[in-house]
Amino acid sequence: MEFIDYYKILEIQKTASETDIKAAYRKLARKYHPDLNPNDESAKKKFQQINEANEVLSDPEKRKKYDKYGKDWKHADEFEKANQQQSQSRTSGGQQSYGSSGGDFSGDFSEFFESMYGSGAGGRTKQKKFRGQDLNAELHLNLMDVYKTQQQTLTVNGKNIRLTIPAGVENGQVIKITGHGTPGVNGGPNGDLYITFTIANHPKFKREGSNLYASVDLDLYTALLGGDLQVDTLDGKVKLKVAPETQSNTKVKLKGKGFPVYKKEGEFGDLYITYIVKLPANLNEKEKELFTELSKLRANGN
Amino acid sequence: METRDLILIEHFCTNHEIEFSFIDSLHQFGLIEVIIYEDNKYLHQEQLNDVEKMMRMHYDLDINMEGIDVISHLLKRMNSLQKELMETQNKLRLYEH
Repeated sequence: MEFIDYYKILEIQKTASETDIKAAYRKLARKYHPDLNPNDESAKKKFQQINEANEVLSDPEKRKKYDKYGKDWKHADEFEKANQQQSQSRTSGGQQSYGSSGGDFSGDFSEFFESMYGSGAGGRTKQKKFRGQDLNAELHLNLMDVYKTQQQTLTVNGKNIRLTIPAGVENGQVIKITGHGTPGVNGGPNGDLYITFTIANHPKFKREGSNLYASVDLDLYTALLGGDLQVDTLDGKVKLKVAPETQSNTKVKLKGKGFPVYKKEGEFGDLYITYIVKLPANLNEKEKELFTELSKLRANGN
Repeated sequence: METRDLILIEHFCTNHEIEFSFIDSLHQFGLIEVIIYEDNKYLHQEQLNDVEKMMRMHYDLDINMEGIDVISHLLKRMNSLQKELMETQNKLRLYEH
């Protein structure tokens, strides 16, 4: 646990007046408030520090104690006991800390703060109703997990939540589960739970929205002469007719063989197959002879 | 009409110790929707998060109504850009091996 320089955090001098403190706090709070910096953990952390600094410096009693013992915080209580003249009461006067349900950081004070003022010394004391805080969770899934609508039980903050994951959820998509955040304060409604889906790439299929992309190797002879080819789709194997003289990187579209469209039951995107023509390797003498003969038929190589 | 998901504005203001005029201004600026049912004014519970956010901007951060309006638009814009970024990142995954 380290000493925290609250003056430095609020970017003010030790001689700062109450008005200076208020102005400095508001300026920094406007910059780092979590409402204005959504999903920014570093801003949230900074805001907590600013809030804590303000909690101490805007309260004359707390500021006095901090100024007197700040650097010797480890011995502050001993000093306090020794000095019986010093008032022992610690009223929660002064300016209340800012933030509420979405930004109530009154319970997030540093160890340094709690060692000086106790764990219950911060925060607002009014009995207001507040909506509970929203919670964020991340769910890691494979592509196949979101190919069909499925139910999954998640444990968030010790509570089990039965969740229906609709087919076609995208990587990075956020789903809101109403009322599953932290409970409301003083009878206020619960916050919401936001689940971000992280969907791993499939080794064979790449996805863009509801379309899928895959590459399929094609042997030289099928590419030249045409033929049948079995390819994998997420829905099983399908037989394709390869046209004669198919070039490498030719794309074919398999309509409706892609990924389910989110929240549109029965609708599917397309699957795009790219043929990659593979040349035969380790030719034997006979093959070499025949290819040489072929090459002579096409003297210019085309 | 079902009022289960509606919050009486009068109660909201009493609970948060704020003036009704604040909610009225948010409505005037088109930032929230006020539902009138049997002569009472309500907020939909879905809007609560946003209203509390705007309340914090105003009362805690000293931001006036015009500022809240601008910030709300910028946050919406940021949200849509984040969505666009996510879509672009998903497209880039097509080229990952």
